Amino acid sequence: MAAHSHHAHDEHNVGEIPPAQTKGIWKVFFILCAITAVEFAFAFMMDAGMLRNSIFIVLTIVKAFYIVAEFMHLKHETKSLIWTIMIPLVLLVWLIIALISEGAYYGDSVFNYFK
Amino acid sequence: MSTTTTLEQANTTTWDGGNEPMKASYGKLMMWFFLLSDAFTFCAFLTAYGAIRHRHHAYTGAPEDFTFSTAYWPIPEKVFNAFPGLHGVDLPLAFVALMTMILILSSVTMVLAVEAGHRMDKADVQKWLLWTILFGSAFVGCQAWEWGHFITGTEQGMTLPDGSVFHGANLKFNQYGPVLFADLFFFITGFHGTHVFSGIVLLIIMFINTVNGTYQRRGHYEMVEKVGLYWHFVDLVWVFVFTFFYLV
Repeated sequence: MAAHSHHAHDEHNVGEIPPAQTKGIWKVFFILCAITAVEFAFAFMMDAGMLRNSIFIVLTIVKAFYIVAEFMHLKHETKSLIWTIMIPLVLLVWLIIALISEGAYYGDSVFNYFK
Repeated sequence: MSTTTTLEQANTTTWDGGNEPMKASYGKLMMWFFLLSDAFTFCAFLTAYGAIRHRHHAYTGAPEDFTFSTAYWPIPEKVFNAFPGLHGVDLPLAFVALMTMILILSSVTMVLAVEAGHRMDKADVQKWLLWTILFGSAFVGCQAWEWGHFITGTEQGMTLPDGSVFHGANLKFNQYGPVLFADLFFFITGFHGTHVFSGIVLLIIMFINTVNGTYQRRGHYEMVEKVGLYWHFVDLVWVFVFTFFYLV
């Protein structure tokens, strides 16, 4: 933008600020709080185990979705940008699962080899 | 004068640099790619955490009979059960719940600042940026207390082979369980805390620029939006740290 247009822009904005649209933001806030509360309920009312861990991970991903999609506005960007971010992240999740399960197998076999 | 006009026209066409890929500005795209690379780093931490935890025995007895031992991985809610001002009271995960709420709240005030920026509402941007700085600082303060408590330890402590009693944890000794549990705690929450701290510094710069009217003159508050992306990412990382370090 050329420098001379700035002044006009400045004057244009004084005195006519549109009202805030914050309903959706607070809705996401309450969803995040509710999910966190549910996580605590599971932490205290359910015995530890594979099932409880799976519930935690699913709820975490739901929370992550709301933060990335609404707070970081990714849901409202173009399709190409969404995929540019999402594909590497999904591959990363795969990498974590693969490294932990393969690492556990490899670790077990190395540690137990001479037993 | 006429040359300037020609240039302005030429620059608006698709192949002359007048096009924004993915309809996002250069700065915003680069922030997204930076955050992606940062996600790689945190994933490396999570992988190390998962692999190391897998190499330790899990506690198999009843949760009520749990005692600290280096023989197995501790139950997180037995380690993090203290609250400032309530010494000796067993409040599992209460303090970390408070920290989580503070960080989610700071994320909300950050979106509100970005939203105010879209409306060119300078006063509102200032107000919400200040709230975000306040909540962010409160979070770092809470984390400092949590670290302090973890390092100081409990009265009971741990008896070392030479007969002396060791309280708390550092990178070499850990009364709560295996040494690597403390190491991972320090590295993962420390790395996240450093991110929060950098975020607060960026937010203070945003606040000063907003007060000086820099963005009002520029005609948009996109810089606040970019720092907002970073701030939400920090919140996002905490969601995962919270689950994998405190809940699972």
